Amino acid sequence: MILIQSTARELMLADAVQAFPDECCGFLFGQEDGEGHRTITTIRVVNNAKEGDKRRRFVIAPLDYIQAEQFAEESGLTLLGVYHSHPNHPAIPSEHDRIAAQPFFSYVIVSVLERKVGPVRSWRLNDEAQFEEESVAVPVLSTGAENA
Amino acid sequence: MATVIIPTPLRKFTNNTARLDIKADTIENTVHELTLNFPDLKKHLLDDKGQIRSFVNIFVGNDDIRDLQQGKTPVQTDTVISIVPAIAGGFA
Repeated sequence: MILIQSTARELMLADAVQAFPDECCGFLFGQEDGEGHRTITTIRVVNNAKEGDKRRRFVIAPLDYIQAEQFAEESGLTLLGVYHSHPNHPAIPSEHDRIAAQPFFSYVIVSVLERKVGPVRSWRLNDEAQFEEESVAVPVLSTGAENA
Repeated sequence: MATVIIPTPLRKFTNNTARLDIKADTIENTVHELTLNFPDLKKHLLDDKGQIRSFVNIFVGNDDIRDLQQGKTPVQTDTVISIVPAIAGGFA
């Protein structure tokens, strides 16, 4: 299970809409508990460095990756994965996604349909290098009632 | 002796160690030593021919070894080597 906290989620979704019709991409930082449940507290938006058609591919530049590892180390967070968008396509990883995927990382995919956010799903490689879906928990919004 | 920074996705193969000190004189010998000490890293770093995989970038400081002397790039005692997995994908 992966929970993306509200502020991080809003930033990620805004990036996906703003980048449309291109794919967006960025890093996910947070903590993992002893049962493997992940909480994303921070995201970092990065440039889609793909040369050519960014509407169907994304690439993160190596120096952006190095900086993401440095950020995680300095902030005491864990680099838990990557998000990207699928413009006008479902939030299901492609074979290209799978071949390039790393172990351990969560791959969050945001489907964007004509500038509107669609399903958000997350995937992780299993030991056979195949994607398995992990459930995405929706953050509970505060009603303010506890302060009343 | 150089310091090698292991990327987060591969730390489960290095006993969750992020930085390793490796004694070697070139990048390729550093990688060789790494895979000797941590055999599970091998399939993630090297292809069937023993060459560094195309999905793996190796940086010395901020320089890609492809822009230096590739695997023959010399390593000094204060060299910081980053293993950088290629992060890419897309719907098609």
